[in-house]
Amino acid sequence: MPSTLFEKVWNAHSVRRLPTGQTQLFIGLHLIHEVTSPQAFDMLRARGGTVAFPDRTIATVDHIVPTSDQRRPFIDLKAEEMLSSLERNCREYGIHLVDLNSGHQGIVHVIGPELGLTQPGMTIACGDSHTSTHGAFGAIAFGIGTSQVRDVLASQCLTMEPLKVRRIEVRGRLASGVYAKDVILTIIRRLGVNGGVGYAYEYAGDTVERMSMEERMTICNMSIEGGARIGYVNPDQKTFDYLQARRFAPHGDDFERAVQWWRSMASDAGAPYDDQVVLDAAGIRPTVTWGINPGESVSVDEPVPSDAEADALAFMGVTRGQKLAGTRIDVAFIGSCTNGRLSDLREAARIVRGNHVAPRVKALVVPGSQSVRAAAEREGLDRVFTEAGFEWRGAGCSMCLAMNNDRLEGTEVCASSSNRNFKGRQGSPTGRTLLMSPAMVAAAAIAGEVVDVRQLSGVEAGVDG
Amino acid sequence: MTVERIQRISGPGLPIRGENIDTDRIIPARFLKSVSFEGLETHLFEDDRREVDARQHDSHPASNPAFSAATVLLVNTNFGCGSSREHAPQAIRRRGIRAIVGESFSEIFFGNSIALGMPCVSAGAETMQALMTAVERTPSTELVVDLESMTVHSNGATYPITLPAPARDAFLSGTWDATGLLLADFDDVRAVARKLPYVSGW
Repeated sequence: MPSTLFEKVWNAHSVRRLPTGQTQLFIGLHLIHEVTSPQAFDMLRARGGTVAFPDRTIATVDHIVPTSDQRRPFIDLKAEEMLSSLERNCREYGIHLVDLNSGHQGIVHVIGPELGLTQPGMTIACGDSHTSTHGAFGAIAFGIGTSQVRDVLASQCLTMEPLKVRRIEVRGRLASGVYAKDVILTIIRRLGVNGGVGYAYEYAGDTVERMSMEERMTICNMSIEGGARIGYVNPDQKTFDYLQARRFAPHGDDFERAVQWWRSMASDAGAPYDDQVVLDAAGIRPTVTWGINPGESVSVDEPVPSDAEADALAFMGVTRGQKLAGTRIDVAFIGSCTNGRLSDLREAARIVRGNHVAPRVKALVVPGSQSVRAAAEREGLDRVFTEAGFEWRGAGCSMCLAMNNDRLEGTEVCASSSNRNFKGRQGSPTGRTLLMSPAMVAAAAIAGEVVDVRQLSGVEAGVDG
Repeated sequence: MTVERIQRISGPGLPIRGENIDTDRIIPARFLKSVSFEGLETHLFEDDRREVDARQHDSHPASNPAFSAATVLLVNTNFGCGSSREHAPQAIRRRGIRAIVGESFSEIFFGNSIALGMPCVSAGAETMQALMTAVERTPSTELVVDLESMTVHSNGATYPITLPAPARDAFLSGTWDATGLLLADFDDVRAVARKLPYVSGW
């Protein structure tokens, strides 16, 4: 009987049905970082437990790392304590830590794929809601809390209830200047910020098939913003090509055998879905959020809806019927697990080249990983950014959630390539976030206000290629 | 391994109105800079409180001393969306809350709350309106959340609640702390690992 990737992966990893009716699910790859793991190790210690499969957990440091001066000890002593704690825990339990000196440190959802840790057919858990990113490879990947991090450390398993599967098919060509970010913001707007609760999202259709792995990661990354804990794309030749020769991916004959298994895990033609949605790519335009959740967005040239919620409007200083083009910005942030990869920086650099950041705007580029940073520097992108007045930083989560020193002040408005425009998200309780694609952030940085990237001369952007 | 069985939670309520209240609002990220969960409760809803309290002193329910003894949190739709930080339910539980009644919850928040022995039960919009209004009018109103009868009682009225069967069973049987369950018959776990080519070798 034909089945979905979700069902196949779920079944392959099911240990047993528990008396409560939940499933005990084996977790193939466990990723940890400094914010949500220290308490889990303490809980484990308090119970006299140990780590069941230490080689199936990989650690890195991302949320709290300063992106300017990374010398140890960090100036921020709390950040230093968190990293020291992670280092101690990894040493004690024999867990591989991709640290600041490795050359590969970065946002956990950027380095997993980069290192070839993320592979099709896996179950992947991490104490971070954007773990859905790894679904771009055809893995079932989801965020968990700290008690569950403890459970995975102790048993390599979680108790889970199966999800329904909604197939979201995107068809057609994206227009120039329209990116994966615009696609996922449009999906969230259409299906709602809680529309995905109870579902895994399977992204499909020719638009998604044409997307690069990095673009697929952008889409899967924000599944959780639509309420779906899991989002995935079926693995295909692009997936396999991406993984070939990566450090933790299988090599040689193993790789050929792996590809066979990976192919077998993809959804079958005729697989049953609990729901199906079709989206026309041609109708998607550059999208910007106006409100305080990622579902509150409009196209850059579309008025803010007449039924927009009053609290969100008041917080953002936006009015119904207003168009976002022309909104002045104070800060421009390019980075995050959503849009901090090489292709994102390339697109942004294309817009920036030969221009200069507007006088009052603070603009920063924070590569998603040390590898992204190094690759970008080999292409000279760092110079494009710095010559234009952007700050070129070290790798980390940075201003996406402001757990380091990169944060908004007062009521500053930030054009941001990140994933959440929640109240206070970027570090100031009254700071305001406008989510958009990296190209749109770059354009806004130069203009000093939100602009339609399609109207910039010489821009021939778009994901279709 | 069983832990405390959870069947009835009773006490005064804490009404927090609003849709899509995310975990950044429940506990802003700057308070996550710690290797423990201790003291999180003092920062519960901190920025929301500051915003609302600035208009009128202690007017945010989480600041208002009238609600300080609350054990049941009342919320609307998609509560706890966003970040997976367990710091959010930890802060709520450390504030004295033992159960949450709301229209709906984010999945990750719901799961994190189970692991803390704090049920998140669902009720209809009209029920939430009735419960919140009652508690706002008389903060000492006693609420009783009963997982056996799947009801919430207040002021002599009884309203139906829902909770997925597995979560309900876990609370009633005292198996909501999963670690023990997951470690039982561990050979089965090893057997599944052996069958996965990426674990056992290609």
